[in-house]
Amino acid sequence: MTIDPLSADLKRLEEIVRLLERDDVDLDQALTLFEEGVRHLKSAKERLTEAEGRVERVLEDASGVLRLTELDD
Amino acid sequence: MVRKRGQPAPDDLFGERRPSGPRPAAGSGGPGTPGATVPAARPAYSVTELALTLKDAVEAATGQVWVKGEVIGLKTYEAGHWYFNIKDEASQLRCVMWRTYAQRLRTPPPEGADVYLLATPTVWGQRGELRLNGVTMLPTSGVGLQQLTFERTREVLERDGLLDPARKRPLPPFPRAIAVVTSADGVVIHDILTVARRRWPATRIILVPARVQGDEAVDDLVTALGMVNRLDDVDLCIVARGGGARDDLQAFNAEPVCRAVAAVMVPTISAVGHETDITLTDLVADLRAATPSAAAALALPDRADVARHLASLASRLGGGLRGRTRVQSERLARAGDRARRAIESRMEERRRRWERFASSLDALSPLAVLGRGYGVARLADGSVLRRKEQAPPGTPFGLRISDGEIAARAE
Repeated sequence: MTIDPLSADLKRLEEIVRLLERDDVDLDQALTLFEEGVRHLKSAKERLTEAEGRVERVLEDASGVLRLTELDD
Repeated sequence: MVRKRGQPAPDDLFGERRPSGPRPAAGSGGPGTPGATVPAARPAYSVTELALTLKDAVEAATGQVWVKGEVIGLKTYEAGHWYFNIKDEASQLRCVMWRTYAQRLRTPPPEGADVYLLATPTVWGQRGELRLNGVTMLPTSGVGLQQLTFERTREVLERDGLLDPARKRPLPPFPRAIAVVTSADGVVIHDILTVARRRWPATRIILVPARVQGDEAVDDLVTALGMVNRLDDVDLCIVARGGGARDDLQAFNAEPVCRAVAAVMVPTISAVGHETDITLTDLVADLRAATPSAAAALALPDRADVARHLASLASRLGGGLRGRTRVQSERLARAGDRARRAIESRMEERRRRWERFASSLDALSPLAVLGRGYGVARLADGSVLRRKEQAPPGTPFGLRISDGEIAARAE
């Protein structure tokens, strides 16, 4: 199964934070990691505010093809 | 055989088909009659006549009765009839339960179930069989038929590994689309949507309608669960049942439904039981929830939680970088410190050496020696008088003592 983008962002972000919190990263590396971290943070925050997903209902037509119709809730 | 010889059966429905002549008295072979001669005085029965006579006799013998025994070899036919034997230690009898009656029981008893069967014994002439026409059956013990079926299906599923905890799959952390297999009446899907909108609105919800109780429920559910595998992008499936009769969970204990749940390619959450009633579907699914709302809460992350987690990561990220720069500047400071300390200690050493040197200079100063009562004699040319031959008698010299010089002459 492919990992979803938000999980990927969070996973990398957690790695970066752990690396930055260790002692053996030099300043150059730290800055690079920080910039990468900020990018993941931004993309994760965008996904957090994504628009509402659709609500649908499955219908199978006579030929056995599945179709989705919008469901009013 | 309990046929009462010589008595015509009551309720003689087939009287018109009987031989019109006088009935031969059964057991009329009186004394003196040779056993094997064909009695000319009474016509032979046709097979059908005899079968019908026996049927009457059998039906009259007990009428509808309860019989207690073990159900074995039950076969269900497409028309809905059940055929089986009922037995005890010594005997067994063929039984049939016509669709009308079988439908009321819904689920056939498992092999070997001990039951009370309400039935009318009869003879089925076409097959030459003595048979019980069943009307209903009850379990003999406190363990209900449904429970027996449940246990039996559970054993089968367990044997096939469908209940193995190792089979349980983790749920996707952020599902893109959830297929909800439930009734189309709107209650369950509404509950799920309410929770989904609050927790994680971005996820698509797809209703896959199926009747969840009644005779069509099993087929409907199997079909709907099959459809889930044909939907793109779905990464989680919820099987849910709203309200409804508390004891009407049978469809979710049916083996075909359990197998269909196991065959769903994405992780499954089952929300069909009650707090106290676990269904087999619950056991086969990857996760069980008490209600449809609880299923939605398990399926979807809470946006507020994720936001908090992100905020904490953001602050640790910033903190991490500050930490890095602080460590760097502390390292510089420490390096500076070391240099300063090195310089200081070197200077200190120099100062000490200087002091030692200065004090030794002081010790060597001739004035200090003179201060202790010594004097220095110098000739006129300034050279220090060290040996006698430097000063024959009459040689003038100066004697330097601590507070001045005295003019003197050798004698």
